[in-house]
Order: sequence, then C-alpha cells, then structure tokens
Amino acid sequence: MSTPTPQPEPAGPEPEQQPVLRQEAPDRSLATVVRNVFTAENSLLVTVLAILLSLVVGAVLIVVSNTATMNMAGYFFQDPSDFLNSAWQDISSAYSALFEGAIFNPATLSGTPQQFFGPITNTLEYATPLIFGGLGVSVAFRAGMFNIGGQGQTIAGAICASYVAFAWTSVPGVLHLVLAVLAGLVGGLLFGGLVGWLKARRGAHEVIVTIMLNYVAFSFLGSWLLNTSVFHDPKNAGQAISKPAEHNAILPHLFGDGLNTDVGLLLALAGAVAVAWFFKRSRLGFEVKAVGLTPSAARTAGIDVGRVQIASMLISGALMGMIGVTQTLGLANPNNNSLAPNIDAGLGFTAITVALLGRTRPWGVVWAALLFGALQAGGALMQTEAQVSIEIITVMQAVIVILVAAPRLVKEIFRLRATRAVPSADPPTADPPGRLPAQQGPAQQGPAQQDPFRTTAAGGQA
Amino acid sequence: MTDTTSIAPLDGAGTPARARTDRSKLIGGLAQVVVGAYGLWSFGLGSRTAHGVHTLFALKLDPAAHGGPGPVTAPSAPVALALTALAIGCGLVRAFAPITARTQRWLAVCYFASFVLAFLVWAAAGSSIGLNVPSIIEESATGAVPLLLGSLSALLCERSGVVNIAVEGQFLLGAFSAALTASMTHSVWAGLVAGCLGGALMGALLAVFANRYLIEQVVLGVVLNLLASGVTGFLYDRLMSTDGNTYNNAPGFNSLAIPGLSSIPVVGTALFDQNVVFYAAYLLVPVVWFLLYRTRWGLRTRAVGEHPTAADTVGIKVVGLRYRNVITAGLLSGLGGVWLTLGLASQFGKDMSDGKGYIAIAALIVGRWSPIGALGGAILFGFATELSVPLSGLGTPIPGAFLSMAPYLATIFVVAALGGLVRPPAASGKPYTKA
Repeated sequence: MSTPTPQPEPAGPEPEQQPVLRQEAPDRSLATVVRNVFTAENSLLVTVLAILLSLVVGAVLIVVSNTATMNMAGYFFQDPSDFLNSAWQDISSAYSALFEGAIFNPATLSGTPQQFFGPITNTLEYATPLIFGGLGVSVAFRAGMFNIGGQGQTIAGAICASYVAFAWTSVPGVLHLVLAVLAGLVGGLLFGGLVGWLKARRGAHEVIVTIMLNYVAFSFLGSWLLNTSVFHDPKNAGQAISKPAEHNAILPHLFGDGLNTDVGLLLALAGAVAVAWFFKRSRLGFEVKAVGLTPSAARTAGIDVGRVQIASMLISGALMGMIGVTQTLGLANPNNNSLAPNIDAGLGFTAITVALLGRTRPWGVVWAALLFGALQAGGALMQTEAQVSIEIITVMQAVIVILVAAPRLVKEIFRLRATRAVPSADPPTADPPGRLPAQQGPAQQGPAQQDPFRTTAAGGQA
Repeated sequence: MTDTTSIAPLDGAGTPARARTDRSKLIGGLAQVVVGAYGLWSFGLGSRTAHGVHTLFALKLDPAAHGGPGPVTAPSAPVALALTALAIGCGLVRAFAPITARTQRWLAVCYFASFVLAFLVWAAAGSSIGLNVPSIIEESATGAVPLLLGSLSALLCERSGVVNIAVEGQFLLGAFSAALTASMTHSVWAGLVAGCLGGALMGALLAVFANRYLIEQVVLGVVLNLLASGVTGFLYDRLMSTDGNTYNNAPGFNSLAIPGLSSIPVVGTALFDQNVVFYAAYLLVPVVWFLLYRTRWGLRTRAVGEHPTAADTVGIKVVGLRYRNVITAGLLSGLGGVWLTLGLASQFGKDMSDGKGYIAIAALIVGRWSPIGALGGAILFGFATELSVPLSGLGTPIPGAFLSMAPYLATIFVVAALGGLVRPPAASGKPYTKA
C-alpha cells in the first residue's frame, strides 16, 4: 500500500479503450498467457487474492479478540510457541468449522447422503435471496441509480407474500404458491417503483428516499402491522410475529425432504437468466445501460430518461421483493414460515456487496451470491462450534468487496505487474472458459460496459 | 447558499427549470393546504378537542419543584383551529403568491411549526399532566446532537466533493472505541480522544478508497458501514458481552451547568446544564460556518467541491485538501459516536447508532448543504424522533409506529417537494484525477 508503482494508472481506461492496440494480433504464446494470470487486471486472480486477504483480516480479528491468546503475546519474546500455538488453534478451529459448514464435512464421507450434502445445500439456500438481491441492485445500478432500499422493498414483498400465504386459504394447491410469490413480487415492485417515480418526476435523490423508506417499512411492519389482528398470530401472544403461511404456499424442497434447499433457487437462477436476457437482447435493457452511462446522451438520443429510471427501479424492487418471498416462504425462515420484524436479516445491504463482487453482471452475481452464501452457512457453524461470532462474516464480505473494487490496492499489496496492453481482445485463457463468464476481466466487455465500481457519469448526487 | 432556482439544470422530463419550479411551488403549496385542511378538521373539530377542553403546558422540568413559572393552559379547540388556519394560509400563499425561494423557506418553517403546535395542542388536550415543554426541548436538543455532528461531518466531505454515506460506520467505530478505551482507562477524556480517532480512522479509509482507488463513493460508504458494523459487532461479541465489566463499563461525562444561563426559566436546565460534547456540537455550527464562508480554507474547500479542475488550475491541491477534510470530518462523526456512549452515559451495543448516521445525511440535505441548515435539520429530526416518548403517555389514537415513521416520511416529503430547489455541491461524489 505504501509502495506506489512507478506507472500510475489512470481512472477509467482499461486496455480495451486503447483502440490502436486492438488491431494487433493477440499474443497467444504460453508465456504471455501465464503472465497475464498473475497481473492485476485479471479480476479472477484479484478476487481470489481478495478472498485470501479477507481470511487474513478475519484471522487477525479472531486472534486479537481472544484475551487468553493476547495474554500469551505479552511474553512473546520469551516463549513465542505458546502464543503461536494458541493463535493457530483459534484460527484453524474457526476456519475448519467455516469450511465444514459451507462445503462439506470430511467426517461425513462415510455418512448418509443427507449428511454429506447438508452443508452445500445450506450454502445454496443462503445464496438464493442473495442472487435476487444482487440482481436487483445490478439492474438499478446499470441505470445509474443506487438501490440502498433493499430492506424496505424486501419487507414490502414479504408483507404481501405472507398475507396471501396465510389469508387466502381457499386457493387450491400450487396456485396458492404462485399467487403468494407473485404478491411478493408485486409488493417489492410497487415499493421500488415509488422510488423511481420520486427520482424521475420529483427530482428526489434515490439514496435518501430508499434509506428513509427502509425505516418506514421497518417500523410499519415491526411496530404496527404485526400487532394488528389481521397479521398477529394469537398463538404467539406478546411476540411480534405473523400467522404462519399455509402449507400449500410454502416453497417446496428441491432435492428431497432431508436437504435444505427450496425451489426458490430455481426461481433465482431463472431471474438471472431473465436479467441476462434483459441486458443482452431487450430494448429496455439497452436503454437502461445507455441512461446509466450518460443520461444526457441518452436523452439526446430520444430515450425518455425518467421512464427508464422508473422501469429499472420497478424491476429492481420486484427482485428485492423476491427476497421477501424466499425469506418468508422458503426453508430458511426460522419461524415456521411466518413474518417477523427482522425478516430482511440485513440482506438488502448484503445484496449491494453481492452486486459489486459480481460486477453487476447476472452470472457474476450468481457466483458472488454462492460465495457469500457459503460464508453465511459456514459462519453459522463457526459460531456454534468455534464460538467465533458470525459478525466476522460481515467483516470478510466488506473486505472482499472493497479489495475487489480497488484492484490497484491488491496489486500493490502483492506487487503484481500491470497487464501487458497487447492481448486486449483476448481474455486470459488460463481461466477455465465459461466458468466465471462475468468475471473474466474487462477485456471481454465492450466499451459500453465499464467497470461498475469506478465512478461513472451518473455517480454523483444527481 | 443563495437562491439556486435560476441555475437548476434540466430535470428528468426535460422541461425547463423555471416552469418546473413554478409547478412544484403550486403543487407543494396545494399539498400543504390539503394537509393543513385535514389538520383543521381532525385537530380543531375532532372529538378530542370538543366540549371546551383545555391543553396544559408545564413549564418546569420537574413539576414538583418549587418556584419557577407555573403551567399554562389554553382552550384546545380555538387554538388548534387558529394554528391550522395559519398553516393553510401559509400553503395558500406559497401556491398562489409570487414569492422568492427564500420567502418560501420561511413560509415552510412557519407552516411546519404551526402544524406541529396544533398537533401537540390536540394530542395533549384534556390531559391532566399535559406536555412538559422543557422536557421536550431537552429531548430534542440532546437527540439532535449526534445528527448535528454527523451532518457537519457529511457537510465537510460533500463540500469538498466526497460523498460521506459512511457516517453511520464512523459513529459506530467512534462509539465503540470510546466505550472500550474509557472502560479500560477509566478516563472519559481518553475515551473522547479514542472515539474521535476511531471516527477519523473510518474517515481515512473513506478518503483513501475514494480518492486513491476511485471506488464509487455511495457504494463505498455503504460497504464501510457494513465493515464497521461487522468489526464492532464481532469485537462486542468477543470482548464486551463476555467481560462487560472490563470492556464495556465506561463512565459518562458529567454535566456542566453554565452559571447564569442555566437558571433561565423554561430553557435553562434543558439547554445549559449539559456535558461538554453537547456544547461542542452546538458551538461547532458557527465555527464551521465561519471557516467555510469566511476563511481561505473554506473558499478552497467550496471551490474543490464545485469545480475541482478550476481549483487545480489556480494551484489548489485538490486531492490533498479532500484527504484532510474527509479525515477531519471523521473526527466530527467520531465525536458523534462518543456522544452515543460517553455523552449519554450508556454502554456500547451492537449497531447502537441505529440509522442515526443516515438521518444525519438526510438532515444535511433538508438543510441544503449549509451548517445553519444542518442545525435546523438536526433539531427537526431530533424533535421528531424524541416526540413519540412524551406522546405515548397521552393516549393519542395514533399508533406509536406512525409517530416514529413521521420523520422519515417528512424527509421524503421534503426531498420530493424541494426537488429542483436542492442542489448538492457540483463535484460531490466525483473523484478527481488529473487528466
């Protein structure tokens, strides 16, 4: 961090913005390919290094916060082994629990399939709402807006979904589930659309409006709605909790009853496909991208900027509303599929980090959500087994996102070279092709898709 | 800030700014009239103020104390009717009279004040305890302290062109380090220093990542808030909740009565018998105002926030000034964090800032990026958030949830109504790099 590289990098220009170099034949020699794997422009490498660094930060926090270990650090120079052993014990127990909770537990190799696949299905279940949230933030971000209102839109969606799920008991079978999901979608959609309308037609800045609406939704739900006779569950007197959803309206298990993943995952993946289609093929998606890059140019080109802003906030809100659906009707709900005040569980804010880690590309968001879902699932086990508070997951997520957004810092820490400018049209082929399509670095993307972390024209307070 | 109506840019729909502000003046005024008429109907003519009941205002902090002014009573219905009629009048003037933006602002203040007073008269009608005016003043003033410090911090940042959404995180780290240090050293002053430094550390992170690594600043702020929430929550779980006596047992600041001023009736003890952080927060308003508008540093700061390229051309070190201002702003938010723990003599708790950082930013926007406006916004929000406590004892038919929602809805309303009138510093949120 303290050793700036001799060639200071300008803000925006990535290699693909140097048209002169584009005409040269891509250098496909093995040496270049290997070297490009280790340069800072390779965002897969940056992501991996960011994850490593976040683990280091977590380890430091774990050791520093253990008073017994820190007492041993007092006589570190007399006998370092005590301190080192104790620190290693802390770190290894925490991180092995993290791994066992997120991927698989080696002890279950001889166990039942349920035990073996349990952790990974937990990860998928935690990732489901994050996929929706990351997509929602991405759609708004591509239109040049920050949707900080995931909490409020989630709550709005959850209220609608929950109401349909417990009140419309006469609706038969699968139709009930479909209606409940749609209700959640519409709830978030309207709440998000309100923000878009205020932004486009009244000039109210969406960051402030969404933050305020978060509090409005939170106190509306927690302090009032859950105490009304319509919503409050009489079986839980004294608790702010709604009636549980009807059995028909609960999202069914995806991989069988023993495993903890529900159909919401399929909906989330379908959402990712839809958003990918939206940006690649649809006219509105094109307009959204145009407005996000330069609103004034889009307006000159005849695009109704206000309409596009409203539309993108409607879509973003609908996707956030789907978090509400999976949180109330999914298997992750701890309260027997009923609505509680903390139904959003901070997902609205985590969604922002997911969108950034996924670089606001639909499939990037899916991978980022899987990573953060794994951290959540592992963190839960880490809390119970290693007594390391799950709050550390928030720290690690924030560190990962900050580092991924600042590749120059990662480069400075690891003394990586800048990319050779030559192979601009050629993504580093050492990456498994198609594995992380959205994260293969800026080389693949046209000039219209700038790095979303950098400040764009729409970045400031509008 | 002078009037900015004439230079407001085109809005999203593409209509010229002039016509748009005229329309928003009309719509805003009519909305005020409608809300005022509803107030007239429900506060003045409702059943609560009917049958000639009176409203009681107590003017002593402790009603049992001897001496001082006695309570004041007023007939509820006529007073509420007069106040709401005044509010409707303000709305009508705004909608139809040709007035400048400055007059509009004063009208809005008058409208708001009369409407809220009418509401209070209605809420306390017929109660034998009535409303304790000094207590409401004290609660509003103390509730405004963190909001004020936070919005001054955001003001320093935005005026120099960096968006500071991370006030919340600066509060949290400031509150945490203040509580931890004061508990371990048993010294509030050490806690004060540590708290400010904790906020400044978050400010430094914001400055580095915004100016050097050019991360999008709104997003960066949100992520930094998550980071602060995670770090303080983690350390709270590991240290404070396991050994609260050692790590979370901070002493609080003693209150310091100002001789003379503290014996003024009604407002004396409420405003002039508080602790150091309280006085510092309010003194910082004129200080920041003076620095910003009357010194070379202030001129440079505003220049860097409005047009960094021009400022650079005349030799101002844009990025360096931004670093200094953002870190200084972190000290201010850190002081806000100190207030939350040491100032209120309370323990640290997870996420204890509870969204105050975001409300501070809202106060700044409502106050239109000026220190005096930020003071007004902070007092407004402090009043609105603390109001639900005295009202809960009066048995009003409005659920408490709606009262606690009121400040947030009011913010949305104000931001939507001001719309074209509010203009942030032009370069706010845009990092500066030499081409």
